[in-house]
Amino acid sequence: MRRPAGPRRLGRAGAWALSAASHVVLALGAILMILPMLWMFSTSFKPPAEIPIWPPHLLPRAPTLENYTGIFQVAPFGRFFLNSAALSLVATISVAVTSLVAGAIFAKYTFPGRALLFMLVIATAIVPFESYMIPLYIQLIPINWINTYQGIVLPYLIMSFGIFLMRQHIASAIPTELLEAARVDGASEWWILFRVIAPLSSSALGAVGIFAFIQMWAAFIWPLLIANSQLLFNMEVGLTAFQFRFSSDYGKLMAGSVVSVLPMLVIFLILRRRIIESVALTGLKG
Amino acid sequence: MPAESLAVVKRGGVVWPSRRQWRLTGFCYVALVPILALFAYIRVFPIAWSLILSFYQWDLISLHKPFVGFANYVSLTHDANFLTALKNTTIYSLATVVVSTVISLPLAMFLSGTTRVGVFYQAIYFLPVITPMVPMAIAWKWIYDYNYGILNYALSFVGVKPIPWLTSSRIALWALIIMSVWKILGYNLILFLVGIRNIPLVYLEAADLDGATSWQRFRFVTLPLLKSILLYVLVTATINSYNVFTQVYVMTLGSQSAPGNAVRVLVYDIYQNAFSYFHMGYASAEAVILTMIVLVVTAFQFGFVRGEET
Repeated sequence: MRRPAGPRRLGRAGAWALSAASHVVLALGAILMILPMLWMFSTSFKPPAEIPIWPPHLLPRAPTLENYTGIFQVAPFGRFFLNSAALSLVATISVAVTSLVAGAIFAKYTFPGRALLFMLVIATAIVPFESYMIPLYIQLIPINWINTYQGIVLPYLIMSFGIFLMRQHIASAIPTELLEAARVDGASEWWILFRVIAPLSSSALGAVGIFAFIQMWAAFIWPLLIANSQLLFNMEVGLTAFQFRFSSDYGKLMAGSVVSVLPMLVIFLILRRRIIESVALTGLKG
Repeated sequence: MPAESLAVVKRGGVVWPSRRQWRLTGFCYVALVPILALFAYIRVFPIAWSLILSFYQWDLISLHKPFVGFANYVSLTHDANFLTALKNTTIYSLATVVVSTVISLPLAMFLSGTTRVGVFYQAIYFLPVITPMVPMAIAWKWIYDYNYGILNYALSFVGVKPIPWLTSSRIALWALIIMSVWKILGYNLILFLVGIRNIPLVYLEAADLDGATSWQRFRFVTLPLLKSILLYVLVTATINSYNVFTQVYVMTLGSQSAPGNAVRVLVYDIYQNAFSYFHMGYASAEAVILTMIVLVVTAFQFGFVRGEET
């Protein structure tokens, strides 16, 4: 993957200058990218008196945790957090299982209608969710799923992209002979699916699961529509409602934001490589 | 596996699938039916129904649901709110896609030359992509704050007077664009980086041997080979930016800014017509237009990049 730092015609000094310049640009850009997040962290530790001051202090003079303890007292942020976590977990499991099963079948089995069904799965992925949320909402009225957890999680149970990614992975990485060998040994199709294909595609499955978790965690417009009772709010909707009530209390707002961002940061720190590689993969496959 | 069980069995001249094939096909349907049924319920039916609903007038509650043909679409053509939303969303979308692409492509070029620190930069640039929109929108609202915001403070050093970032609706649109570019930049960067790293080194070396300048090398070797990635970036960025809602809702609808100052975008207009005014058919017509725009833009970008190749 190594590439010469600059084209040869520039000569050594020119190449060095180009490389140095690109490092400066990259570093400056990186600072700009990280600054909003650092500012959020910094503000979350400032006591209320330090927020409305000019010029602003970059770092809190008297760092405090009162914003963090405060948000849990003025709003049920613990509940919001647990709601987000539980919803994301359910969505992740469902997306992982459905993507594995559908992906494997579209990749390794032949049956009438396969191409058509796969086309349908992919083609509907391009339609923005926001453009069919109205009929989806109407569908949930007669079954009384408005203002329920299952209503919130429903659209996130299947991910077209997950089915697509699993299909691509299984088709290219798992030899059909292996499945045949398992059949000769008398394995059932379900056994093959969960004991042969699943372990062999665990990295792709992991990526799909991470995407599903992140997607559900960040979900906003649908939970906003479905959750009327505060007890059902996820972190995102809870934070927005909190923002409308305490619009100028930026210390607490930033503390709430940090609590919402933190799980994603932890996931990213642990699985950084896999996440970036999976995103890169989507570009290759696309 | 014996060969005959794979072959079809002929009975009386008719070709029958083997018992094994029946079993496998049966398994496929048994396993797929629950998944596809759920898929139909949460995707296919709503999409189809959204199209049908757009030809009706309905307030969600009454049994009276008259068919109005294209009346909803006709009304939309002189609905000031909708037209403003369409204009704002288009400006937002174009600016976000173009600016984020123009910034991330050179950054990816720089990044492709680095090795060890490159991983570190990738992580930093990708960080905003992974963070949820609501908390970051609130953080940016604080950055954009007129009185105490750090952006106006930073600008004061270069002599710029405080800018009402979120309270003037014209400036607020650009504030949203800046925030969104920040949010998606890392995603485009990673995709471009993969594309650049997949370019075989021999092409670039050949260009060097022919005496190409670094601009020529980029223009005539790198860029043409990046077409398919460029297409993918443009399509996903456009689709995602036409649905903009969360940051608009969080940043411009707060209690601080007057409702008239909010930046009206398509999804917000749909949301309001459907769930504040209960104009279900009317909002569905808007939703269909949103889908059409996304489809047309996607088709156009495919055509454009494919056409350039041949």
